[in-house]
Amino acid sequence: MDNNLSFVRTEMLQGQTPPLGERGIVRWMRTNLFATPLDTALTLLAILALAWFLPGIINWLFVNAVWSGPDRSVCSTVAQGGIQPEGWSGACWAYVNANFNQFMYGPYPVDQHWRVNLVAIIFVLLLVPLLIPKAPYKVLNAVVFFFIFPIVAFILLVGGWFGLPYVETSSWGGLLVTLTLSFVGIAVSLPLGIVLALGRRSKMPVIKMLCVIFIETIRGIPLITVLFMASYMLPLFLPPGVSFDRFLRALIGVALFASAYMAEVVRGGLQAIPKGQYEGADSLGLGYWQKTGLIVLPQALKLVIPGIVNTFIGLFKDTSLVTVISMFDLLGTVKQHFSDANWISPQTPISGLIFAGFVFWIFCFGMSRYSIFMESRLDTGHKR
Amino acid sequence: MASQDITPVGRDSAKASLLYDPKFRGYIFQAVTVLVIAGLVYWIVNNTIANLQRANLASGFGFLDGRAGFDISSSPYLSYTSDSTFIKALAVGILNTLTVAVVGIITATIIGFIIGIGRLSHNWLIRKLCTVYVEVFRNIPPLLVIFFWYLGVLSVLPQARESIKLPFSTFLNNRGLFFPAPVFGEGSWLIGAGLIAGIIGTFFVRRWAYKRQMATGQQFPVGLTAFGLIVGLPLLALIIRGFPVSFDYPVLGAFNLRGGTLIGPEFMSLYLALSFYTASFIAEIVRAGIRGVGKGQSEASHALGLRAGPTTRLVVVPQAMRIIIPPLTSQYLNLTKNSSLAVAIGYPDLVAVGGTILNQTGRSIEVVAIWMVVYLSVSLLTSVFMNWVNAKMALVER
Repeated sequence: MDNNLSFVRTEMLQGQTPPLGERGIVRWMRTNLFATPLDTALTLLAILALAWFLPGIINWLFVNAVWSGPDRSVCSTVAQGGIQPEGWSGACWAYVNANFNQFMYGPYPVDQHWRVNLVAIIFVLLLVPLLIPKAPYKVLNAVVFFFIFPIVAFILLVGGWFGLPYVETSSWGGLLVTLTLSFVGIAVSLPLGIVLALGRRSKMPVIKMLCVIFIETIRGIPLITVLFMASYMLPLFLPPGVSFDRFLRALIGVALFASAYMAEVVRGGLQAIPKGQYEGADSLGLGYWQKTGLIVLPQALKLVIPGIVNTFIGLFKDTSLVTVISMFDLLGTVKQHFSDANWISPQTPISGLIFAGFVFWIFCFGMSRYSIFMESRLDTGHKR
Repeated sequence: MASQDITPVGRDSAKASLLYDPKFRGYIFQAVTVLVIAGLVYWIVNNTIANLQRANLASGFGFLDGRAGFDISSSPYLSYTSDSTFIKALAVGILNTLTVAVVGIITATIIGFIIGIGRLSHNWLIRKLCTVYVEVFRNIPPLLVIFFWYLGVLSVLPQARESIKLPFSTFLNNRGLFFPAPVFGEGSWLIGAGLIAGIIGTFFVRRWAYKRQMATGQQFPVGLTAFGLIVGLPLLALIIRGFPVSFDYPVLGAFNLRGGTLIGPEFMSLYLALSFYTASFIAEIVRAGIRGVGKGQSEASHALGLRAGPTTRLVVVPQAMRIIIPPLTSQYLNLTKNSSLAVAIGYPDLVAVGGTILNQTGRSIEVVAIWMVVYLSVSLLTSVFMNWVNAKMALVER
């Protein structure tokens, strides 16, 4: 018998690579850019639009931009009294460069800038390990960050103790004001918002009514109105002779405003907790505060992390409104310097605003990315 | 909470139980809160009265009848001069707020829906471009966007003499946007009547078509008919009356443009900024809404033989709207409230006019009270209207 006889193929052919149109970049482009005639048209339109705008924007931002210079002449054309050729247009980063310290610290005394820097360094050193989930000593870190750091920061920034010269808040400005307002606003609005949300869901009618009135009133009016109230009406409410720091007044306005929004976010989380959790806690014999603090809030807050961070981002952006009650945060300082005779040029305002926008954007985008990261980390798969 | 209402029975525990009775403690707590709040209010009112007397300020709303004495740069509806009353100034402010809010809401909705749908596109380039738009505008303060348009773009436009010419005899310069103003001649009322008749006719055609489809299953091209009625009837009126509408074109003079209608840079920058800013939020809402409709819905619709267009129109969008409308309402309210940022660039909205009155008369309490009443009622009216829309859209369960 011939054992070699075989009717079944024993050797397989080599698999062939897919045809050119079905692999690699060609396939990717076919499915993602040119899938249908409409897609093709849209892609071509988008490419045309990009080709039209992008070179101009890049030219303006980087190629034609002026990066350093002593005064407005470097950012103006000859006809405007500068050195640039006729028809020149580019970003005036020299303006940002020259006023950078102003944008960061405002009129804070120059020889005292190290105090602000020190606070910023401590802030970053404490915040970064708090944000990294694997870093140890979370509780200690949080206690230092939320209770000891504010005191240290207050002493360092305001001064008057330990031989530090006193710097009044009216000479604060720039990013310093933006970050201080946001940090304090966040630190105040979260606990206040939780209390208001619990109050709104309370069984006690008086407490509930007061919380509802507060939340709904604040949410119904614009922040500017609240800021005007804080700066014009608060002094009327206090006994004659007692006066409030202006910075503190703006701080109260911003924090109260954010806490009303925070309360609604937290309430959403509280409502999402199933009734069984409350009843389970009751049956274990836990009191109200134990039940709330150990069972309900940890679950509720976890559910609404995106909402909480969105409120933080909103608060951070809203701090820019203090410009309207003539305080100078980052945006206010940038805007204030537009009228600086040294730097008046057609390119100055737009360059300054793009810089300020970029700084705001970095902070807000960072917060939103971190919230997405935290959300996926805390997702225990119990979502219903 | 429910199970804690049991009061222990027994003589010994009677005294202690009152302290530990949650109900009783609740009453005490509420009574204390009321007392504290009442005390605080009393203290504040007392202080305010003392402060007002000390500063020799009167109170009450009587001052509103007085002469305003300041000019308002833009009053398209009411004829306002500096001799008008404070009430009229406030009315101009309210109307300006409402104008920018309504126009902004419409534009933001259109941009937002386009961008939101674009973020779900199969087209990689379109998707990325829409993502960039959303991430840029969502993370920048609205005030900065307003300043960007006002100080960065519109105020560095050329002088009137070197106006940028746009199509349809429209001119753009640092005083704003000039465009031809329609002048309605005699007999133009027929055009308006035609438009209204077209809208009413569409309404009836739609009802009839719906009934017929329910009864016979036959569809009627409502969209085309509506287009014909709403565009055709006014056009017919125009032809019958021999084109009574002419245009007042802006003409370039020696120093300025004459004629036409002007939209000031304040309104334009506020309107553009609010629209672009709010659109980024609306885009996210639209995206979440469409993604929230289960995949099974469109698959089932395909299985029934509906094509992509009708699937989107008849199956996905009506369900997505249910998810979209509540957050969309709060975005509309946010836009209305953000229109108060007008005060930063001097567009005379309610807050800007109120701020001027406040600085002139020192009546801070009254002005703030007016602001609160107006904004709260606008919020309330918008929520009532949107709740009505929402109820119409809501799932009707058998």
